[in-house]
Amino acid sequence: MAHVLLFGRLADVAGWRERAFDPAPATLFALKSLIADGDAGLAAALDAPGVRAAVDRTLISGDAALTDGAEVAFLPPMSGG
Amino acid sequence: MIRLTDQPFDPGAELTRFCQGRNRTGAVASFVGLARGDDGEAAVLELEAYPGFTQGEVGKMAAAAAARFDLHEVTIIHRIGAIGVGDAIVLVLTAAAHRREAFDACDFLMDYLKSRAPLWKKEHGPEGSRWVEPTARDMADVQRWE
Repeated sequence: MAHVLLFGRLADVAGWRERAFDPAPATLFALKSLIADGDAGLAAALDAPGVRAAVDRTLISGDAALTDGAEVAFLPPMSGG
Repeated sequence: MIRLTDQPFDPGAELTRFCQGRNRTGAVASFVGLARGDDGEAAVLELEAYPGFTQGEVGKMAAAAAARFDLHEVTIIHRIGAIGVGDAIVLVLTAAAHRREAFDACDFLMDYLKSRAPLWKKEHGPEGSRWVEPTARDMADVQRWE
């Protein structure tokens, strides 16, 4: 199982902020395709410039292998202050 | 000290406490960010964090600033949740031997918080809600340090 978290505008676009995908896909990119499958708006939002992914609370550049029980967060452009 | 809080805080009281009991420190710089009203356009700001992640990432920024500017101490307090106009959103306090390091560290930390801290800001106004993302200026500001 992969536990997926969406933040900011991504949760608004998807209409959900937490969801489990069981079984966990083998890679981050495969998970992303699965999440976006059938939701063109979410697919575009996930591919928008500046969207980052974190696996088990570590920022990832590019693809990554997923293990069972992974927590995967999709993070739109960040803005504090 | 890094603190994310959903409660209002008093920047003046935090600054007073931060300055107390120092010996080697010759300079403390502070920055307070306030929720701006823009003539009633944004009635409420809402800040979302990633629990268990945001605090650690902000801590890494503080550690980088401490090493780069030879700081004696750093405090960052950041509001999350709903924030009213005029409330303090963020407080950055830096302590160093001399003023240049304290000022620069404060500036550096705010530039990083604006575009690299895992926080997401939504403005709720009379014409609906919108997510705020870093501006071109914010991105140029953070690049000054790289």
